[in-house]
Amino acid sequence: MAVLSFERKYRVRGGTLIGGDLFDFWIGPFYVGFFGVTTLFFAALGTALILWGAAIGPTWNPWLINIAPPDIKYGLSLAPLREGGLWQIITICAIGAFVSWALREVEICRKLGMGYHVPAAYGMAIFAYVTLVVFRPLLMGAWGYGFPYGIFPHLDWVSNTGYQYLHFHYNPAHMLAVSFFFTTTLALGLHGALVLSAVNPAKGETVKSPEYEDTFFRDLIGYSVGTLGIHRVGLLLAMNAGFWSAVCIIISGPFWSRGWPEWWTWWLNLPIWR
Amino acid sequence: MKTLTKVFAIALPALLLAGCELGSKEQQQTGYRGTGMVQIADPDTKAQVGEVPAPPYELTPEMINGDRAKTAYQNVQVLGDVSVDEFNYTMLAMTAWIAPDGSNVKDAGCTYCHNPENMASDEKYTKVVARKMLQMTQNINANWKPHFAQAGVPQENAGVTCWTCHRGNPVPVNNWSTAVPDPGKIAGNKRGGNTPAPSVAYASLNYDPFSDYLAGKESIRVGGKAFPTAASNASIQSTEKTYGLMMHMSQGLGVNCQFCHNSNNFAKWTDSTPKRVNAWYGIRMVRDINNNYITALGDVWPANGKGIYGNRRGPHGDPLKVNCATCHQGVNKPLGGAKMLKDYPGLKGAAPAPVVAATPAPAETAAVAAPAKPAA
Repeated sequence: MAVLSFERKYRVRGGTLIGGDLFDFWIGPFYVGFFGVTTLFFAALGTALILWGAAIGPTWNPWLINIAPPDIKYGLSLAPLREGGLWQIITICAIGAFVSWALREVEICRKLGMGYHVPAAYGMAIFAYVTLVVFRPLLMGAWGYGFPYGIFPHLDWVSNTGYQYLHFHYNPAHMLAVSFFFTTTLALGLHGALVLSAVNPAKGETVKSPEYEDTFFRDLIGYSVGTLGIHRVGLLLAMNAGFWSAVCIIISGPFWSRGWPEWWTWWLNLPIWR
Repeated sequence: MKTLTKVFAIALPALLLAGCELGSKEQQQTGYRGTGMVQIADPDTKAQVGEVPAPPYELTPEMINGDRAKTAYQNVQVLGDVSVDEFNYTMLAMTAWIAPDGSNVKDAGCTYCHNPENMASDEKYTKVVARKMLQMTQNINANWKPHFAQAGVPQENAGVTCWTCHRGNPVPVNNWSTAVPDPGKIAGNKRGGNTPAPSVAYASLNYDPFSDYLAGKESIRVGGKAFPTAASNASIQSTEKTYGLMMHMSQGLGVNCQFCHNSNNFAKWTDSTPKRVNAWYGIRMVRDINNNYITALGDVWPANGKGIYGNRRGPHGDPLKVNCATCHQGVNKPLGGAKMLKDYPGLKGAAPAPVVAATPAPAETAAVAAPAKPAA
């Protein structure tokens, strides 16, 4: 793979967390590092185990392949491989691969002397995943609360887990998470439209500068957050979406067992108007 | 400013935690692992199983074989064929179940229904109601056995007594009557819902799903195999009403949707749990109770404000009726599934030809497969 002309200047030595110079090299355009090796190891092992799970399962239909967690009765112990043990090992592999990738991002940040915004943002997605398959099962006392690995199976889990609380739209953290997800896409849509408009001018006109972009939004809503600011807004919105998703599921079960609409009776029962 | 921040830092998490149920939960898996089909309950806040009162005295076989009640008493229309001893035993139990002596119920004891001068007289409306309720109890126990079956197998002595619903009250605590219609103007018109109604577990769904589904025989199914068209009768309104009824069932039984359903496909019987069969019969049983026993009493129910024991009708004028919570009271097996009926053989009733289908729903399953019905 050809190296782009400007890539050479990003190939900076050092900044590694583990392994010193041992893994501090590139393969083609890809930085390796200790965590590149561990990422590859966990990802390959996990994928192989998923394929094995599919092989011993009833179907090769990619929509229906199902690597399910153990029965609730196994609690927090190890389950037999074919009865959820596979899910447990694959979960370890997934977390190993995701965290390795985040730490590899940290090493690259250190090489480039930049802040940790990228690994922090990605870390929020890992946090949400770990909340689903580790923190909530730990609080409930059984690995069986994790979601199954499979396209349709995990959607069935989402649906049933929501209906455990009768009407999940009344979950306050779910409300926040959904609002942040939608706002993230709205902000991305507005930002993308603005940038594309600026860099694709009408025939005969020149590409517009950020001053034009600011003027557009100052005309429209009286304020422009600016070229750097919009990325901070995007990061804030996206990280909140992930964070409140994690909150909305960790409170469902460990901290609330009935229908979510009923939770709001604390508001109806406030002494002011009760 | 700093103090204010501190107050917020302490008060806000405390307020958020106040709405929480801490501690470990009771769990029961109801489906294949990983499907999320689990019942979760908080032992501290879940509805408590009611206690079963002891029978008035021991009913021996000699007592049961004694003279028939109709030979000793007059105007015994329902329990005439039980022995005098069992008849008196049943009357004592009913008194303790519905208007117990020494309670603050007006005329508590025998006189709640009877004129003490002439016990055979029907002059008190409560006695006429009690007779109908005895017939209802016998009908439930004789003809609605599938509702009490365990995985399709009928259970001996499973069924109801007056206590199952009444629990020492003349009127069971959980009841319903038709909601007052919305005002015909914009102000105050909630369009049948849009308010945190306890009848639908505090959701903003239509708060009277009962008139259509537990008295009326509206189809609870809103899902169809055909793509919905203008001719489909599954409107958003009927969908929400169905959801409201299911919220009531969940709340009334202290269970979540996965007690009966796999939400992958709510309508599909093969993916549902066996409990859904009991629920299917339960809905039809409640319709039978409401239409053929409670509403059938008609003007026996005194007009509101006219009754000697208080109101027995809702604001709309229809009598107070039964829903799932009337018996279940937040517990999926009322009274923990206690086989109370074994002590009260007189309430079992003779089973005439069963009026319900032997299997759930050939007609209803067909209805799912059929294309959406045209609007009436």
